[in-house]
Amino acid sequence: MIEIIINGKKIKTEEGKTILEAARENNIDIPVLCNHSDLKPGASCRICAVEIRGSKKLLPACATKARPNMEVITDSPKISKTRKINLELLFSQHKEECFDCVWNGECSLLDLVDKYKVKINRFDDRKKNYPVYQFGNAIQFDSSKCIDCRNCIEACHLQGVDFLEIKERGSLFQVVPSETKDCIYCGQCLIHCPAGAFESVGEFKDKIVVFQFAPSIRSTVGEEFGLPYGKLVTGKIVAGLKRLGVDKIFDTCVGADFTTTSEAEEVVERIKSNKNLPVLTSCCPSWVKFLEQKYPEFIPNISTTRSPQVILGGLIKTYWAQEQGLDPKKIFVVSIMPCTAKKFEIIRPENNVLGMRPVDCVLTTREFARLLMRHKIDLSKLKPEKMDNMFGDPSGAGVIYGASGGVMESAFRTAYEKITNTKLKNVEFKRVRGMQGVKEAEVRVGSKTRKIAVINGLGLAKKFMEEIKSGKRKGYTCIEVMACPGGCVGGGGQPVPTDAKIREKRALSLYEVDKKKKIRKAHENPIVKKIYKEFLKDKKLAHKILHTSYSRKGRGLIKKI
Amino acid sequence: MAKDIIKELKKYNLSGRSGSGFPTGLKWELVKNCRADKKYIICNGSEGEPKNFKDKFILENYPEIVIEGIKTALEAIDNSSAFIYLRKDYYQKFNDNLKKLIKGLPIKIIKKQGGYLGGEETVICEAIEGKRPEPRIKPPFPCEKGLWGCPTLVNNVETFYCAGKISQGRYEGTRFYTITGDVKNQGVYELPEKYTVKEILKKTDNYPDFDFFVQSGGGAMGEILLEKELNKTIQGIGCIVVFNAKKTDPFALMKEWTKFFLAENCDKCTPCREGIYRIDEMLNNRKMDKQALNNIFFVLKETSLCPLGANAYTPFETLIKKIIK
Repeated sequence: MIEIIINGKKIKTEEGKTILEAARENNIDIPVLCNHSDLKPGASCRICAVEIRGSKKLLPACATKARPNMEVITDSPKISKTRKINLELLFSQHKEECFDCVWNGECSLLDLVDKYKVKINRFDDRKKNYPVYQFGNAIQFDSSKCIDCRNCIEACHLQGVDFLEIKERGSLFQVVPSETKDCIYCGQCLIHCPAGAFESVGEFKDKIVVFQFAPSIRSTVGEEFGLPYGKLVTGKIVAGLKRLGVDKIFDTCVGADFTTTSEAEEVVERIKSNKNLPVLTSCCPSWVKFLEQKYPEFIPNISTTRSPQVILGGLIKTYWAQEQGLDPKKIFVVSIMPCTAKKFEIIRPENNVLGMRPVDCVLTTREFARLLMRHKIDLSKLKPEKMDNMFGDPSGAGVIYGASGGVMESAFRTAYEKITNTKLKNVEFKRVRGMQGVKEAEVRVGSKTRKIAVINGLGLAKKFMEEIKSGKRKGYTCIEVMACPGGCVGGGGQPVPTDAKIREKRALSLYEVDKKKKIRKAHENPIVKKIYKEFLKDKKLAHKILHTSYSRKGRGLIKKI
Repeated sequence: MAKDIIKELKKYNLSGRSGSGFPTGLKWELVKNCRADKKYIICNGSEGEPKNFKDKFILENYPEIVIEGIKTALEAIDNSSAFIYLRKDYYQKFNDNLKKLIKGLPIKIIKKQGGYLGGEETVICEAIEGKRPEPRIKPPFPCEKGLWGCPTLVNNVETFYCAGKISQGRYEGTRFYTITGDVKNQGVYELPEKYTVKEILKKTDNYPDFDFFVQSGGGAMGEILLEKELNKTIQGIGCIVVFNAKKTDPFALMKEWTKFFLAENCDKCTPCREGIYRIDEMLNNRKMDKQALNNIFFVLKETSLCPLGANAYTPFETLIKKIIK
């Protein structure tokens, strides 16, 4: 054993250990980047440089052996200054793509940014045009992220493969794959790269990640970050998703505008043909499942229009993909939903679009909040940002979908105009709003009075259906049902606690958004008009994207885990 | 006698002529006192600093004295054998003649690998061992663990020349100076070690009669000195480059240096690889960000892996301070 002094403290360590090892044994933190205990120190990054009494220069703690009575200082203004500057230089060769990085959340580069007040964009990324190499179907090496520590070369050498090499290109050395040797795909380069320049093929990056979020999320997720009930955080959700590195962020409310337009058409047609009335709304997947299992005789009454997330997902993978020149199979659509049943909705084969699932993953509001928290993103503190174009600007009708009565009100605004061919002046349909379990109304549409009902809470819906079955209730044109009390604002995917008062506040905020919107009718949304005109004029295609089907269903999967 | 030569080297205060100026006697003694079955001696003839060719001059004119110096070291250090490490053109030029002079001595001549950095002592060790010519982390220094982990004495051609002279009892405290640039009499001169830059220029009839500045101590890493600063001896290699102040574009000059450093550094450590790249970038844009420059100089000086990086800031810093202002 020898004695050394680190930061004025006497420490015993074994001869032959490095300063870094001695410091770590004594819980003294020295930052490192290129150091890895599997590899012999390369000492290339210079981040662990420390002051040693008697040495003119700073020396790397990772590679300098402790010698008896050595006096080491691990942090000082001078050391911090070199760390800051060297980090800025390192960042200047590293293209940041944090979201799909294997180190996301554990990045040793980013960890040092705050501590040393590093300006990561002080210099231009000098490697931005460096190539990405792929080795077989297993590994990708993005050399624009490489910080030249050469750990990969060392790891590859330890494997006895020596596939990765350092070659001088121009005046700068680069890590490149060998022109003659082959890779064995072991991935040890990936494990030892501190800069995330390696990843497995298809790992995160292969997909274009598109998020959409349901109407109600904007008035509920703030609660998870200590904001008041019903606080609108639309722009903050967008900012949070951007922080996560999501490629595109769209609004499910725009999907709702398509749902409304399609559903209104259906209502008009069924009225004309006097068939399958009343129309039962279809955007609540629990309600649909309930009908298929308990009341299959009403299946013909369910609107065949798909739910907002499913339509939007389908449009993303068809129309948007085409517009962007993207392979739809590479698009990964994630929906943030207020709902647990939405997870089930996306795996219904009836909802597929051209053989693809329109939505690949559903996160509940709570899951989304946790995802942000895990990435240390405090939604409440974010500066609001704008949604992406194309599917970023809904009508007011699309937004109120999140509250009980919203679907009915939206459909009414559109159906009224389609039936009467006149402009609806007062768009607000207040009798279907509010937290009351069953809301009924008779509305004059053209020459006829139409009877409608809006129900929230499946228990009440069940009773209602029984009464229709028995003939106690009749003559309805349209019935909206949401399985959860209050509609989606009270959904099973929403933050807890949830109660009547909370649901009310959440819903009111959505109506506030609608009130401020210039365009409040779904069919007037320019993107709806445009896509109907350009893309959905092909009736077959329109059917594939907008409509679904239902069938009698048995019991779902229930298992012990 | 072996013991005496180390004493002699110390008596003459001989220091290394590669530019680092490490006391030669002490270095020989360190290697000699290390316990090892095998030891190595390397005569470094890789001369890579631009505008400097004094080792070539010595190998051309006094190869027998260099061999004498190596022979003295072989005698002083037990169980040792030696290598002469020559840059490619010197190898071609001097290999035959040196071989004749070596006769039966355990000296091998090796052709240099790589560029400028191939002359750094640990890079030479790597290269002779057949590895990629890259600097090792020091310590350990080659005196303790050099070639194949054995104690290794690495000295410059001129240092062995001096040791040879000392061993022959003919050493007169001289040094070789390459003088180039805007001068009348370019060439290599052997003059007293104590001479100032001014004296050297005057003695060789090279002192300009126009407004000028010099780079002293190496064509890339040497410091810039103004006319009023010439009353000092040379730090680094014996090399003086004279610049006509009116005819020299300081940006073009700095660009020459960055070109050299970018080409010759090993790109291993952050400050040297990225720092010099950024200096070059600023020169390309003719936009010098003073704060960024000072930051880069700072990390080069403090955190570079090898002496190339640690000294690379000198010419830029002194030129910007004194000439560009």
